[in-house]
Amino acid sequence: MLQETAFTKMKADNKPISGSELLLQALEKEQVEVIFGYPGGAVLPLYDKIYDSKILHVLPRHEQGGIHAAEGYARITGKPGVVIVTSGPGATNIVTGLTDAMMDSLPLVVFTGQVATGVIGSDAFQEADILGITTPITKYNYQVRNIEDIPYIVKEAFYIASSGRPGPVLIDIPKDIATAISEPPEEKEINIPGYQPTLQPNYLQIRKLTEAVSSAKKPVILAGAGVLHAKAAAELKQYAEQQQIPVVHTLLGLGGFPAEHDLSLGMAGMHGCYTANMALYEADLLINIGARFDDRLTGNLESFAPNATVAHVDIDPAEIGKNVPTEIPIVADAKEALKQLVAQEGKLPEHKEWLTQLQNWKKEYPYFYDNTSSLKPQKVLEMLFEKTKGEAIVVTDVGQHQMWAAQYYKFSKANRWVTSGGLGTMGFGLPASIGASFADRDACVLAILGDGGFQMSTQELAVIKEFNLPIKIIILNNMALGMVRQWQELFYEGRFSHSKNPVQPSFVKLAEAYDIKGYEINSVEEAETILNEVFSNNEPALLDFRVDPNENVYPMVPAGKGSHEMVGVKP
Amino acid sequence: MKRTITLTVNNRPGVLNRITNLFSKRNYNIESITVGHSELEGVSRITCVVNVDNENIIEQITKQLNKQVDVLKVTDISDQAIVSRELALIKVLSTPNTRSEINALIEPFRATIVDIGKDSLVIQLTGESEKIEAFIELIKPYGIKELARTGTTAFLRGTQRTSNSTKNISIV
Ligand SMILES: Cc1ncc(C[n+]2csc(CCOP(=O)(O)OP(=O)(O)O)c2C)c(N)n1
Repeated sequence: MLQETAFTKMKADNKPISGSELLLQALEKEQVEVIFGYPGGAVLPLYDKIYDSKILHVLPRHEQGGIHAAEGYARITGKPGVVIVTSGPGATNIVTGLTDAMMDSLPLVVFTGQVATGVIGSDAFQEADILGITTPITKYNYQVRNIEDIPYIVKEAFYIASSGRPGPVLIDIPKDIATAISEPPEEKEINIPGYQPTLQPNYLQIRKLTEAVSSAKKPVILAGAGVLHAKAAAELKQYAEQQQIPVVHTLLGLGGFPAEHDLSLGMAGMHGCYTANMALYEADLLINIGARFDDRLTGNLESFAPNATVAHVDIDPAEIGKNVPTEIPIVADAKEALKQLVAQEGKLPEHKEWLTQLQNWKKEYPYFYDNTSSLKPQKVLEMLFEKTKGEAIVVTDVGQHQMWAAQYYKFSKANRWVTSGGLGTMGFGLPASIGASFADRDACVLAILGDGGFQMSTQELAVIKEFNLPIKIIILNNMALGMVRQWQELFYEGRFSHSKNPVQPSFVKLAEAYDIKGYEINSVEEAETILNEVFSNNEPALLDFRVDPNENVYPMVPAGKGSHEMVGVKP
Repeated sequence: MKRTITLTVNNRPGVLNRITNLFSKRNYNIESITVGHSELEGVSRITCVVNVDNENIIEQITKQLNKQVDVLKVTDISDQAIVSRELALIKVLSTPNTRSEINALIEPFRATIVDIGKDSLVIQLTGESEKIEAFIELIKPYGIKELARTGTTAFLRGTQRTSNSTKNISIV
């Protein structure tokens, strides 16, 4: 590797080196391709070195945008997204992104500047106790106290962020450490006695599951994002086909199993489809692979999978048994566990009746909407799926549009879906689409946003223009905070407190102000022409779809109800 | 129910904060927590006493603690033969009349008087928490001016009854 030779050479020279240089060398060693960063006082020494670095640096227009972009990058590549921000306000601006990444297990390595060691604790200008603030929202965090520690800390941070259950790691660097000069330190091997993720499954539990499968009459697999983190989509397909077990997805797990496969039942949960939720309810064997039984998936726990023996494959032992009692716990990497499951000898299952029943449900209870009048958001998604042949990277914000995207965009491949699940962070979508685009520069990226969430990150349009990223910004404009409006309609007697008809700028003009083409679309016919136009090139574009403002997301498991108590399952 | 958990952790800045943070983040109640050096250099030992409603919660607590990068080992020692001790310092009002009575109370508890003032004295007592609580009840009527307790520190006895072998908290 080129960088390594450079590094070794530098060491051989024994030329004194600054903290900032050490840090950039460490990033090069980790083969970082892109940094999402925003300069400021405490990181000026570092930015002076970045000026000469080969690593691409992208300037978001707000630090929160930077960290969401890094999340989008991490979701697509599986590699840690890298963020650099200054101390104080720069650091506190990334708190939402760290929490989001922690909830959704996304690997990030985040560098924050800090005031000089001598003044830490004195309320110095732009000082914030970022270690204290981020301890509960990072997988691990460090403050560098000695310049010699920089190479090892960076190496360890990348390892911790991307191994086991991935997550964000933060490194706080006081300004004097960044400017200090040292002899190049000795290289150290990673050694973390307190952190040893279990990758290989326990053989006895694998046998137990194999036996449970061979006697099950109604088995179902619940595939979560763990399948994607482990890059185990191929193994999942092999196992499901071998054992003829149908697959249900979590919101974040979409893409782990081809949506149009016969054994795919679609997404379960609050806005999941009838078949998926009923499959969980009726199952006698539930095999959870890399999902954490989030409450938006399970609904009321009392009536969740009431008849099922539960098996749970998870790399994080703390997730097993946390929400749902589990008879067959398997602590392992999803890929390793699936490989072993496929290799087991077992009686081939007999559950034809179950598969037939599921197929019948699929036919009888598909997602539906009334497509007779105005422009429907669901129709827009169907058209997008068609025009992109299901091959786009789809990034969403949070709200109704997010659920429709999950329902109507049928993913055939893994790691093409980027959404904020655990935290449900509005403002995530636009910047995350930028990160996703940097992760795969050739891909067509759809940023599917609500009119509310778009306005939380509008400033990032500048980055899209700057790099001319092939992102099609799709605003499903319902002139409302749609998901809030829906809940108020259903559960608050239609008292639309602060959710309807906000004053809006012209999104088309806004796009034009950033020199991005903007279109307002009011009908299916217009949509047809304009979609054909924008998908014929790789330029960014903003499409303001004026969709039916009263459309609701269905089916729906009302809060507190069981997953079988969906409303709106049929026209 | 009360459970006693012992941890060995890296002796690094911020580690205690990570542990207590985890307890508040996960909404667990700590009854007491003690920290100090262990026999190994760079390794500290923490003893937590927690009050939980059921076994599931204690399992969650140990798993979440285990997940911390700086935590080397977590053991729930509640069901085993353990030595568990707490130290209390109690400043009690005393007059020449009550002094001998107090002395008589102290003796069976093997407490000692470590300071004598004009109208008060300081008693030092070590033992299991129950013993300390019993003593406090007895001494209360004389008037407690100040009370300081260290919280429990504990570890396993050298010999364990075989039937009660280490509770396996790992499910691997
Ligand atoms: C940062 C943040 N604030 C508030 C919310 C609560 N919330 C969830 S969905 C929603 C409405 C989103 O409206 P919009 O972006 O227009 O999307 P729509 O639901 O209309 O598709 C709100 C306010 C949130 N999820 N995140």
